[in-house]
Amino acid sequence: MGYIPHTEVERQQMLAAIGVTTIEDLFEAVPASHRFPKLDLPGPLSEMEVASEMQALAEANEHAGDFAMFRGAGAYHHFVPAAVNHILLRGEFYTAYTPYQPELSQGTLQATYEYQSMMCALTGMDAANASHYDGATSLAEAVTVAVQVGRSKRNKIILSHAIHPQYREVVRTYHQGRGLEIVGDEATASLEELSELIDSDTAMIAVSYPNFFGQIEDFAKIVEVAHEKGALVVFVANPLMLALFKSPGELGADIVVGEAQPLGVPLSYGGPYLGYFATRTAYVRKIAGRIIGETVDADGKKAYVMTLRPREQDIRREKASSNICTNQGLMALAASVYLALMGRNGLRKVAQLSYHKAHYAADQIDKIDGYKVWRSKPFFNEFVVKCLKPVSEINNALIAEGIIGGYDLGQDYPHLKDHMLLCVTEMNAKAEIDALVDILKGLA
Amino acid sequence: MMAELKYPEDLKYAESDEWVRIQGDVATVGLSDYAQDALNDIVYLELKEVGTAIAAGESFGEVESVKAASDVILPIGGEIIEVNTALEDEPEIINSDPYGEGWLVKVRVTDDSPLADLMDAGAYKAYNETR
Repeated sequence: MGYIPHTEVERQQMLAAIGVTTIEDLFEAVPASHRFPKLDLPGPLSEMEVASEMQALAEANEHAGDFAMFRGAGAYHHFVPAAVNHILLRGEFYTAYTPYQPELSQGTLQATYEYQSMMCALTGMDAANASHYDGATSLAEAVTVAVQVGRSKRNKIILSHAIHPQYREVVRTYHQGRGLEIVGDEATASLEELSELIDSDTAMIAVSYPNFFGQIEDFAKIVEVAHEKGALVVFVANPLMLALFKSPGELGADIVVGEAQPLGVPLSYGGPYLGYFATRTAYVRKIAGRIIGETVDADGKKAYVMTLRPREQDIRREKASSNICTNQGLMALAASVYLALMGRNGLRKVAQLSYHKAHYAADQIDKIDGYKVWRSKPFFNEFVVKCLKPVSEINNALIAEGIIGGYDLGQDYPHLKDHMLLCVTEMNAKAEIDALVDILKGLA
Repeated sequence: MMAELKYPEDLKYAESDEWVRIQGDVATVGLSDYAQDALNDIVYLELKEVGTAIAAGESFGEVESVKAASDVILPIGGEIIEVNTALEDEPEIINSDPYGEGWLVKVRVTDDSPLADLMDAGAYKAYNETR
């Protein structure tokens, strides 16, 4: 059977009802030359030929597994257990549509519920939504919530310069034309200096945990000042780190957002990733997305349902606070499966391995003349190295040896020319770290 | 068996289901018994702040129930002088006592001309029976 259930007779009736005679009449607004442009496509191929073509294209790429990887800067090379992909690719999950009908969607709903519960446990928050596109989007959505909480009377948004540069760009793109004053990241203001910017017009302040340079800052003062002045505190946090360090909830965060790609999602050329968003109960009715809850059905059996969708477009369009009414359900499932497989201890182990290996690498590099590691603050699994040569030159030498070197901070921070941001995870064997150190030594 | 819906005689009613009680230049506004019954359990409400001036026919907040979310409309024009803060933690009071403890806002009336268009108890009851 066809997927279009309308008969020719029905189509004619509908056309007559709106006062046209043919389907083509409906496209009158589109210039004829643009309706069916000639597409410059090669001829058709068999499945076998397509597969071979795709294989050739795929093999033209290098991938993370071919290299020793020492770059993070927002996308992290972690181990993903095989079970994650096996569960993701089950048809019940892979092709599932939005679970509006709980009687048909218990599996999807429960998976989302588990994801939300685990993100709350990690962040120290009360509720988490079912995800956004990526960490940058989540931060932009946090701005929306903060403005709503301030009843649109507070227009100042303070961002630390040590938040991922692209996240800050997305916030500005997302909120252009809204009359918000987005400040704080023009130069290199410390958290101390940022606290002085907070006033009664401030809707929120956002900080990064760890910051873009891998460092862990002391937030006590800025949180205190923000709350005194009635501003929300938003943490952009790497969720893996939260297995090892105090949760943002304990540190006074009101909203916690970030990129959950480190939790079971591969690098895959930058996406699809997983923006997580968690908050305190007080703000739960302002958030975009949905909250899944656990309840019982008519027979008293455990059941999962969509409990809250306060700001989704299908509820009341004029009250929707986000144009995004989709989420990254499959990636959230990947994070659920990953977290469930790892468990509390396993996740802590991954974080510890990343931490200790990064510190070993930092110690070795710091010993080499001509390199200086930033050590004024504690760091997690990324650290800054001041080099004598341009970072691009160093990276060219490394790639020739099968090593992907650090991120060139000079691209985003002019005062950090010749500074490299290195990342070490559980994936980096000691031999890889030693090889990196040897090559850096040779370049000094 | 559902309890009979109440229509106090001393109030005026709007088609959008708010009731108004006028005392001098102050109007108390709430949701009718019919409205709370139709909405089912009210779980959340958000009202505009004290000091906000609102024209007749404009929203002064929203109520959310397990079934729906809807705006509450001010039938007359005025400035909010008090909101019922007890409802923040217990919005279900609107369900249990819509005409008493469940009042929403008190307003200093600046435009009472729409009062003439509001229904009395009998007319509002008749209006609901045709819906």
